[in-house]
Amino acid sequence: MKLKWALLAVFFTITTVLTGCEPLLVLDPKGPQAERQANDIMLSIGIMSFIVIAVLAILTYMLIKYRASKQSEDYEPPHIEGNPIVEAICVGIPVIIVIFLSIVSVKSNYIVEATPQGYEDQEPLVIYASSSNWKWHFSYPEEDIETVNYLYIPTDRPLEFKLYSYGPITSFWIPQLGGQKYAMADMVTTLHLAAEVPGEYMGRNANFSGEGFAENAFNVKAVPPAEFDEWVEEVKETASPLTEEKFNELLEPGHLGQSTYTGTHLEFSPAPEHNHGSSEQDEHSTDEHHESGHSEHDDEHSQH
Amino acid sequence: MKIDNSLPLEYSTDQNQLNILGFWIFLGAEIMLFGTLFASYFTLVDRTGAGPAGAEIFEITPVLIETLLLLTSSFTIGLAVHAMRLANKKATMAFIGITLLLGLAFLGVEIYEFVHYVHIGAGLQTSAFTAILLTTLGTHGAHVTFGLFWGTFILLQIKKRGLTPETGNKSFIFSLYWHFLDVVWIFIFSFVYLKGMM
Amino acid sequence: MEFFERFAVPHPSPAIYASMVAIGLTVIAIIAGLTYFKKWGYLWREWLTTVDHKRIAIMYLISALLMLFRGGADAILMRAQLAVPDNKMLDAQHYNEIFTTHGVVMIMFMAMPFVFAFMNYLIPLQIGARDVAFPRLNAISFWLFFAGAMLFNISFVVGGSPDAGWTSYFPLAGNDFSTSVGTNYYMIALQISGLGTLMTGINMITTIFKMRAPGMTLMKMPMFTWSSLIANVIIVFAFPVLTVALAMGTMDRLFGTNFFTTSNGGMDMLWANLFWVWGHPEVYILILPAFGLYSEIIATFSGRNLYGYKSMVASMVLISLLSFLVWTHHFFTMGQGALTNSIFSITTMAIAVPTGVKIFNWLFTLWKGKIRFTVPMLYSLGFIPLFTVGGVTGVMLAMSAADYQYHNTMFLVAHFHNTIIPGVVFAMLAGFTYYWPKMFGFMLNEKIGKWTFWMLTVGFVLAFFPMYISGLDGQARRMYTYSEAAGFSMLNMLSFVGAAVMAFGFVLIVYNIYYSVRYSPRNIGANPWNARSLEWATHTPVPEYNFAITPNVASSEALRDVKNGHDLFPGKYEKIHMPNNSGLPFIMGVIFFVWGFSFVFAMWIPLIIATIGIFACMGYRSAEKDHGRYISVKEIEDTETKLRGA
Repeated sequence: MKLKWALLAVFFTITTVLTGCEPLLVLDPKGPQAERQANDIMLSIGIMSFIVIAVLAILTYMLIKYRASKQSEDYEPPHIEGNPIVEAICVGIPVIIVIFLSIVSVKSNYIVEATPQGYEDQEPLVIYASSSNWKWHFSYPEEDIETVNYLYIPTDRPLEFKLYSYGPITSFWIPQLGGQKYAMADMVTTLHLAAEVPGEYMGRNANFSGEGFAENAFNVKAVPPAEFDEWVEEVKETASPLTEEKFNELLEPGHLGQSTYTGTHLEFSPAPEHNHGSSEQDEHSTDEHHESGHSEHDDEHSQH
Repeated sequence: MKIDNSLPLEYSTDQNQLNILGFWIFLGAEIMLFGTLFASYFTLVDRTGAGPAGAEIFEITPVLIETLLLLTSSFTIGLAVHAMRLANKKATMAFIGITLLLGLAFLGVEIYEFVHYVHIGAGLQTSAFTAILLTTLGTHGAHVTFGLFWGTFILLQIKKRGLTPETGNKSFIFSLYWHFLDVVWIFIFSFVYLKGMM
Repeated sequence: MEFFERFAVPHPSPAIYASMVAIGLTVIAIIAGLTYFKKWGYLWREWLTTVDHKRIAIMYLISALLMLFRGGADAILMRAQLAVPDNKMLDAQHYNEIFTTHGVVMIMFMAMPFVFAFMNYLIPLQIGARDVAFPRLNAISFWLFFAGAMLFNISFVVGGSPDAGWTSYFPLAGNDFSTSVGTNYYMIALQISGLGTLMTGINMITTIFKMRAPGMTLMKMPMFTWSSLIANVIIVFAFPVLTVALAMGTMDRLFGTNFFTTSNGGMDMLWANLFWVWGHPEVYILILPAFGLYSEIIATFSGRNLYGYKSMVASMVLISLLSFLVWTHHFFTMGQGALTNSIFSITTMAIAVPTGVKIFNWLFTLWKGKIRFTVPMLYSLGFIPLFTVGGVTGVMLAMSAADYQYHNTMFLVAHFHNTIIPGVVFAMLAGFTYYWPKMFGFMLNEKIGKWTFWMLTVGFVLAFFPMYISGLDGQARRMYTYSEAAGFSMLNMLSFVGAAVMAFGFVLIVYNIYYSVRYSPRNIGANPWNARSLEWATHTPVPEYNFAITPNVASSEALRDVKNGHDLFPGKYEKIHMPNNSGLPFIMGVIFFVWGFSFVFAMWIPLIIATIGIFACMGYRSAEKDHGRYISVKEIEDTETKLRGA
């Protein structure tokens, strides 16, 4: 038994030292959604530690008190059927914990599935993020530009990601801004995020998608709004236009570096949006859809 | 092998009772199988791609004939079990025979129906809808086909060995299977064809 | 030549060639050994054709151990690859194949047969029956499982392994993105072994409902039998869903249908839903019998009855119902919206309540007991806190908003290993040690057993607890490598060390078997652990007919009743009816293997021939007259005297 505790102690020291240096990505939020999630995580870790400690305490007590080596030879353990009161407590406490966590969970669900709190009155920046083996394409329909494998976003503005995939199911994830969501071939899902601190963040596909999956990551740069506008202007001046031919070339399986284009692929290869997408499509964003992808409705409708 | 004559022939030995309970549990699994197929069917029913929708391909006449054949066969297999309990070997065999003939006729119409679907461009590969339609119908059809072979075997055994606890047990279990296929067909008829044609 | 090209492995590596040679040599060695020692007849008569539930159980057990090492080798390769950043030991394709086969082998071909081994061995003994309801079907179940397992395992050297993850999500698993025959193997091998599993389910339920000894009401059954009953009910309702999903997946891959494709209306999400409608109950199929084993062991080594028998049963029934209502929690991030996620978040957390009840019942079983720290008990005591950690992290994952951050990360990997290893694997090893004397007539060495336990526990903690942290630090699962800058090198190194320690623990098990076969004392009596349930009331080793006289049961603790003066075996010997051995199940297994192999490679003519063969076997069986045989009173008397004298 001692050996076990000694090893556990060593282990926990190592991990504390290891993790003490810098905060874990998920627990180091830079936006409201990630913060909500980090708070939920910390809260549940707290409650759960309490449960684990309670179980360990009862177990240790039982093992020390009732081990055979401490009892007389002729001790005969009694026959004990269940006791309704004890069992009611064993049911009651977990039920209370589960109810409490359920309330937190449901509340958080509605929060992370909507425009971030405090940003409701702002017009969100809509970005279409689509994956192909093994790249990410980010289309900014409003700005009429497109990037590959990197994302530029303004801080302090709600972001609405429209996710879909040219291939296997992928999952769009920027841990420090908020949790992930799937990108799929036959529907568009919506992820609401916002960044509050300028900086560079890691973003990646979290869902296994084949050979190039490990490297299927992208870089996220959050900058103040003014700087973001400057960047857009700059792209418009310097980048080459995205043609259908070029886009098809980009879709070829493989890895690409970062690149930037004017225009978006939504014009000739629209998102599969009309397919019963996410139920919470916000009203203000529906206008965007109609402008950005008008022709899509004709030929893709029949696929559904 | 103890035979308890106070019970119907099909229940008269311990092993017979085990067989019947085991088969009921198997039917439970079959319900899940068809339940999953139906759930998938309802999920994919509108996903017709470039292919036709149900309303465009379903025809009422063959479906009605199939329904009629199968319902009648369910009745005749019931009569077979009744005859078996009365220890009437000839009648049992006759009713099982009629059941199998009706099943064969059902299968014939279904094959015609499938050929027709493929002919009008609603094949297995056309769309998610046609695939699940043909898979659901095909799974039922495959069950009927299997039942025809099974029933024939039982018929031969009754002819050779007479109505023993064993053959009685087998024909009773076969009747459970056949009734089950009928129930599945009623669901197919209502929720695939009628709903699809409306 | 072109015909043979399809059997080549698409991405061969020296390791695969080496394995081919190793497999070839092993097969030659086995054949040579059997011939040299003239054991072919013995093998055929006593094992391949057996319908005895105890022998079938032992065959399941051996298969499970073999597969444990196959899956374990995959695991150690994965951890070695990730031990250092930017490792080039394995390339992405190999890594993908390895984690796919690791998952499938461990769940379907290690944990399942392990569970079936105990179900087969124990259920008839615990309810006082001579065998299961359908002994021959039982043998068919085993051979179908075995055919499926072998088919899946040869994918490694013939044609290529599946590479789309054990969940095999479409469209990744479809023809467009998974071009080798690997996923065909997955679909067909699981289909064949799944069929066997379904038949086991039917068999065990019928056995438990119809074949209990006189006096044994449902609420007097030993807890393992209760847990098996519930697990088998789940099997009967869950496996047909897998059957349909696999059939659709096979059709997509081989017949060009569009169930899960991205064109012509195909719907990739349908696969995920069907898979997990089966997949979530599946984990309860594994864990419930494990709970049953723990209940037996903890009660025995506390010297007490199990606390809260009724609430144990009630909680398992509740768990089995809830297990069908939570599948969506495997993909909270699929965009189904806050309402759906909220509902499934709550149902998932609700499972914590009955599970908590069970944990508390085990703790209270220790209360006022007389606790002996034997090897099976150590596993059970280690299980309680470790499984609690696994359980509470499950509750954390159930909070769907937070799950957006845990999903697809090492946190999730840590969680499910934390439930499966202390939950299922420890239970199997505990049961293995606990029932070994009943199966083979001697004990496993306690000292080596304790070393094994500590190595596995320490190794487990080292291997998996760091994953919780690396998951929260953004390490996605299934990445074949990561850069140094990512910052999880140290944690992954720790995991590798833990995995290596565990590997040593598993090797020690083999050594323990070897050591105990040679040195363990034989005359250990019928009840070496001083247990109380019915299976310990018969001789060790158990005679073919289990109980010479059908027991008359008064409670779930038969041997305690005997102590208190209850006559467990009233009456005198009567001749016993037993089923005959049959070669048909084995032959069907072989034909199913050929069937599956032809299907994988789309070789239609052999497929049709094999299909006809399968139906011919069924027809033969239908027409066959086989009324079993009787063991005479004389034979019983002789056996009983011999066993009693021993």
